[in-house]
Amino acid sequence: MSDNEAQQPAILAGLIAVIRRDLLLSWKRPGDVLNPLFFFAMVCTLFPLAVGPGATQLMFIGPGVLWVAALLATLLSLNSLFVSDFEDGSLEQLLVSPQPLPVLVLGKTIAHWLCSGVPLVLVSPLLAATYRMPTGVIGVMMLTLTLGTVCLSLLGSIGAALTVGLNRGTALLSLLILPLAMPVLLLGANTVSLAADNEMYSTGIWALGAYAVAALSLSPYATAAALRISNE
Amino acid sequence: MGNYGAYVWTCFALALAVLVYSDWSARVRHKRVYRDIEVRIKALEERE
Amino acid sequence: MWTFFHRLASPPHIYRLAAIFAPWLLFPGLVLVAYGTYGGVFVAPTDYQQGDAFRIIYVHVPAAYLSMMAYMIMAVGGGIGLIWRIKLAHTVGAAAAPLGAAFTLLALLTGSIWGRPMWGTWWEWGDPRLTSELILLFLYFGYMALRAAIDDTLKADKACAVLALVGVVNVVIVHYSVEWWSSLHQGQTLLRKGGPAMDPAMLYPLLAMILGFTLIFGALLLRRVRTEVLYRERRTRWVREMIMAGQGGK
Repeated sequence: MSDNEAQQPAILAGLIAVIRRDLLLSWKRPGDVLNPLFFFAMVCTLFPLAVGPGATQLMFIGPGVLWVAALLATLLSLNSLFVSDFEDGSLEQLLVSPQPLPVLVLGKTIAHWLCSGVPLVLVSPLLAATYRMPTGVIGVMMLTLTLGTVCLSLLGSIGAALTVGLNRGTALLSLLILPLAMPVLLLGANTVSLAADNEMYSTGIWALGAYAVAALSLSPYATAAALRISNE
Repeated sequence: MGNYGAYVWTCFALALAVLVYSDWSARVRHKRVYRDIEVRIKALEERE
Repeated sequence: MWTFFHRLASPPHIYRLAAIFAPWLLFPGLVLVAYGTYGGVFVAPTDYQQGDAFRIIYVHVPAAYLSMMAYMIMAVGGGIGLIWRIKLAHTVGAAAAPLGAAFTLLALLTGSIWGRPMWGTWWEWGDPRLTSELILLFLYFGYMALRAAIDDTLKADKACAVLALVGVVNVVIVHYSVEWWSSLHQGQTLLRKGGPAMDPAMLYPLLAMILGFTLIFGALLLRRVRTEVLYRERRTRWVREMIMAGQGGK
């Protein structure tokens, strides 16, 4: 018991150290944060160009387009989650560290979410406004995107861990993660659509929240196991 | 069968096709694996 | 007890047993499918709503059922392989993947053909089952692509086991979320739920088809497991001796 209590601050310190390190690295390489964000904005620009600028059309497709674009942008950023650590050998240091690996992996995933999910959520109102989305609906959309990007980062970390060190990792990562991410997309985008139609939308929010909690508690173990397998 | 005969029989034919293909591909793969091993072992024997 | 299991699961043993058991599953399966086809197509009365198109159920439901069972086999096999480090469990999972994908494809095709006379379209996004099956097919593709991308068999086994376990949790979520989604859009479904009990003349052929398909699936799985065992054990002495003796069947 006392052993456990003695370890707790160290575990938390390890978690925070990993998050700080990854955030610092992102700060030094802003491209990793900005590129998916530009990608997100560009995909959102493609749709009005493709389907026409009619206001009713845009309002109709807006939630879906924003959500699909957010999903693809997150996927794009996931590729680099473990790759650079794998290449410079620091991933092996994580694996042999006395800290529990799931905690360290959770730290990396949190840092990833802070660098990819949060900026997406912050930029999304601008793009949503161009789709004529009303203010109240924008709030709902930001909430679903917040929960949804948490789910996607956690889910994606499993895929990134499975494909780290493989050639052609990017295409494979998409193939692994997209089917897993479909429920998140479905819940998120439809919740926003329901809100836009002035209908009851709380079910989707609760479901996304439940998904996020479940992913938060389970996925670090799966990611840790996958990392150990990939680095055998 | 009313007007639906074509749909129903197509489905049964597809089921048959999937079963036959699964069986056939399993046989082909087994033969290939077996022959590859055979060739390798024969080559090893000759070298010895 | 454990030594018994170990001997049972030893590769040469499995290789021999699979060859012996496969016909015992295959032929009863074929008989059941023959009976089910006859009873389903010629004997069962016409459905009062769907007319004769409902007879597609006799291939659609077994295929859909097997598509999910194969995924369960992959996940359970992967779990057993990871926890108890039994190689055979991974082998079974690897062998089940292509079969599962084939049956998923069959379920999708027959569902789509069924939809044509019922809805007037080859594909109806509003049907939750078809949409779930489509996602399941993508999950199979991901699993097989991951296996193909990793050269080291042992590593591929473990990585695929993790993926299958994550996927099986996801299949449940997909099922419920797609159901919720289609209820928003007044989804239509081919199979009525909780309706009046089926006429026995309709039901028995269906049960025979499900059981028959499962037995045939079992036979095909055993054959694939056999090939997989042979491939994985290609550098061992027993394979060498067997092939030198010209035994083991091609």
